[in-house]
Amino acid sequence: MTKEEKTMKQNIIDKVWQSHIVKQNPGHPAILAIDFCLVHEVTSAQAFDTLRERNLPVFDTKSLLATVDHSIPTRKNRHEIFDEMAKAQVQKLRDNTKEFNMPFYDMDSQHQGIVHVVGPELGITQPGMTIVCGDSHTATHGAFGAIAFGIGTSTVGHVFASGCLLMNKPKTMKVEFNGQFQAGVSAKDAVMKLIATIGIGGANGHIIEYTGSAIDSMSMEARMTLCNMSIECGAVAGLIAPDETTYAYLKGKKYAPTDKWNDALNYWNSLKSDEGCDYDKLIAIDVNKLNPMVSWGTNPQQAIEINQNIPDNNDDMTTKALDYVKLSLNQPIKDTKLDWAFVGSCTNGRIEDMRVTATILKGKKIASHMTFYVVPGSEQVMAQAQKEGLIDIINASGAEFRMPGCSMCLGMNDDKVPPGSRCISSTNRNFVGRQGTGSMTHLASPATVAASAIAGKIVSPIAYFNEAGEIA
Amino acid sequence: MKAIKHIIGKAIPMNMTDIDTDIIIPAQYLTSTSQTGYGEHAFARLRADKDFVLNQKKYKDAPILLTGSNFGCGSSREHAVWAIKELGIDAIIAPSFADIFTNNAKKNGLLLIEQPQEIIDKLMQKATDSQNDIEINIEEQTIVSGNTTLEFTLNEFFKHCLINGLDELDYLISHAEEINSFKTKQKRETLFIN
Repeated sequence: MTKEEKTMKQNIIDKVWQSHIVKQNPGHPAILAIDFCLVHEVTSAQAFDTLRERNLPVFDTKSLLATVDHSIPTRKNRHEIFDEMAKAQVQKLRDNTKEFNMPFYDMDSQHQGIVHVVGPELGITQPGMTIVCGDSHTATHGAFGAIAFGIGTSTVGHVFASGCLLMNKPKTMKVEFNGQFQAGVSAKDAVMKLIATIGIGGANGHIIEYTGSAIDSMSMEARMTLCNMSIECGAVAGLIAPDETTYAYLKGKKYAPTDKWNDALNYWNSLKSDEGCDYDKLIAIDVNKLNPMVSWGTNPQQAIEINQNIPDNNDDMTTKALDYVKLSLNQPIKDTKLDWAFVGSCTNGRIEDMRVTATILKGKKIASHMTFYVVPGSEQVMAQAQKEGLIDIINASGAEFRMPGCSMCLGMNDDKVPPGSRCISSTNRNFVGRQGTGSMTHLASPATVAASAIAGKIVSPIAYFNEAGEIA
Repeated sequence: MKAIKHIIGKAIPMNMTDIDTDIIIPAQYLTSTSQTGYGEHAFARLRADKDFVLNQKKYKDAPILLTGSNFGCGSSREHAVWAIKELGIDAIIAPSFADIFTNNAKKNGLLLIEQPQEIIDKLMQKATDSQNDIEINIEEQTIVSGNTTLEFTLNEFFKHCLINGLDELDYLISHAEEINSFKTKQKRETLFIN
């Protein structure tokens, strides 16, 4: 193949990007059409202010959907918000969505939840779309073959007012996950391995396409977990080309096409990367022998396989991180004593995560000194968990199944890890103080979190699984 | 947005890499619905240490921040940019910046300049040792520090917006007609939300 022939061929990122360019003036960023904007309470108020200040209407309310997730409590009586500022922030979103006639799923709605859980389960997230939200974990929606990325509040205002934003085209990167996971290892471990391998700035300026045999056999929930953490290696977005798994998930969802289903399929099938197309960067990771991953430090690249020791790097970054998490160089991460455990968030708050957690906890008790919050990503996830009897199993173990929201992921609502406490968490960031001032976080998969909650210390979940991948 | 052509003043040496937006403004301060009031909480966790560079008198009101690679990684919160601007900082010089932070900075007239690590090291040394001002000339795309003049690259469109105090939203709105016809066609052909 000549170079010219090769450059004619496009990857899925190029295809979706190009199909959304309204205008590209020379020397200017592209005017990029945005198909959907998800909205939550923390990053929207100032964007609504912009509309009012400039006397601008919303471009298209049908391409917007708001819910509450970050600031709300996850207690049973969560309607009563004790923090006055959080209460005012939630009320502001109610008022704003009403004033601008924007769809809003409040706490009493059957579709409230974390934006990135709600969008896909409603069938809003579809292949080939551009989706944004004032939230860095928007790449979650890339699991469906969409270019989805986080934006700041000013840009949220731009999308409200114009249905577009200005952006220079990112570079492209292909990440291949080859092989099959051993039982007890999942998408969370795969993405943590990627971040540990390329670093937290390793994909800066790039959109990632995830491919490979390990991706082909992943469920949509697992693909969402994988794409969700694209930002943790700096990627603008991460996506997976749509396939039969994607279509089966979408079919019958509230906003999925019905009469135009076949037209949609024809279009979606055209989005695959052309064989022999180019990327700016390539990386391949073999998952066959991958073990469960656990973070040891204060950013997501500081992570190792559970059977490994903390690296013996005497650099400033490692020293500072270890000082904060009260661990030492070359120490095994396994058996580190824990105080708290958390399963939830836009990374791992979906029904499959609830299932694996319940299956490990079934008939067991968590260690008596542990506190374990299990928080569903949405009302729909909670209803399904109830239907499957998962909530009772989880509560019977001594863990606490709570109401939907972002909860302990980011330390901005009532759910915080106390200062000096150590938490194993199915979330996405272990930054200093992320789960609460003075808290220490170890990122891991829901299976590892559940197994560790029972042991009261960091342990591998593999012993809970048999070779067929079922829980033994 | 206020037009900016020159930035003159002291530089703050914050010698750390990968400073995330949770560190710049912790989530507990994000329940505000205002665009102001974040400066007093900027870098709150680091400022708890009395020796931290931002607590040192000699860097009070300095308009330039010198720091390590991948500045502004993590959360998309624009509050991080608002907090930094409220501290009186108009420019950050670092080897690299995270993408969402870069986009947010552009919306708020915060100039981000990329320079190689060895240049940053020298500038940090100077900022620690001397009381001299640095001068950034945006039109010329130069940084003058003592008798050294450095050049930097700047996106043409952003430069135009910065020195004329223009806003991206005005540019978008001026294309309303093209946007409308693009979106109508797209709804017919490639969008399938029911």
